[in-house]
Amino acid sequence: MELTISILLGFMIIGAIFAIHAKDLLSSVIAAGIVGYSLVICFLLLKAPDLAIVQIVVETITLIIMVAVVIDSTREELKVKIDTQQIINISLALIFMLVLVFFFARAIESLNPLGQHTLRMASAYVGDPAAKTGSANLVTGILFDFRGYDTLGEATILFTAAIGVLTILRIKGKK
Amino acid sequence: MSLIVKKVAQLITVFIFLYGIYIIVHGHLTPGGGFAGGAILAGAYILQILAFGRDPLHLKKKETGASISESISILTVLILAVVGLFIGTKVFFNNYLPSGKIGELVSAGTIPLYNILIGIEVAAALLTIFLALIIYKEEIE
Repeated sequence: MELTISILLGFMIIGAIFAIHAKDLLSSVIAAGIVGYSLVICFLLLKAPDLAIVQIVVETITLIIMVAVVIDSTREELKVKIDTQQIINISLALIFMLVLVFFFARAIESLNPLGQHTLRMASAYVGDPAAKTGSANLVTGILFDFRGYDTLGEATILFTAAIGVLTILRIKGKK
Repeated sequence: MSLIVKKVAQLITVFIFLYGIYIIVHGHLTPGGGFAGGAILAGAYILQILAFGRDPLHLKKKETGASISESISILTVLILAVVGLFIGTKVFFNNYLPSGKIGELVSAGTIPLYNILIGIEVAAALLTIFLALIIYKEEIE
């Protein structure tokens, strides 16, 4: 199983690199699709069918929207000239990245090793959750009972995204 | 689109829609749940819109309906959660309905209700975003 996942990860990396360097934007979008669909197979191999269903559906819908957007555009990347202003911007961005990496590394050093969290909330969910929630599917039981706040936040994010799209894309004001 | 695409889309949409409803309703028994099922429902709508072309006036009506149902379903989720504050152990998101027998369709208290409402919300939100992208592009032209 580890070999299969390694091969899939290799495919994903190749797809991502091709998506960045492709001349035509349509082939770039389709190469980005390789990453998503390989991730679906990875989820299935790692025994997470709930995530796999969500990933395959959302990947398909975003791919359709991206293809529709690319077909309507010029299908070519914008050419950017590199002048002194650009060089200053790029070097500033690199310095910021280095500083961030340094502080993240310091922060990660101070954390507990993987699997030994300071908060032990999740261990309470695992002990016979079906009897606690009455739900045969463990994941849904946790999502809608123990972690109701998380699901509410997720739904609120989608709601906000829809409102944002409606507000930003509207050109004529509503009467 | 051509006649073949339209006919195939008509035939397949029914099954996609049924599958989405199955995933939502059986969310507390089998893998899946509100989010996945809602996305599948939105996919069925998007297939119909892509196959049968775009009539901006008609789509505008659909978009209004989608945003209204989205708002109503998230409001109902909040109301269901707040009702938990007044019944039983008095906790937000309290599972106050009887949990029934594990493995049956009507069981697990409020979890199936949340599943259905979140499913409607996700489907309506994705559909609203897709319709907005189409409608406002027509407005520019």
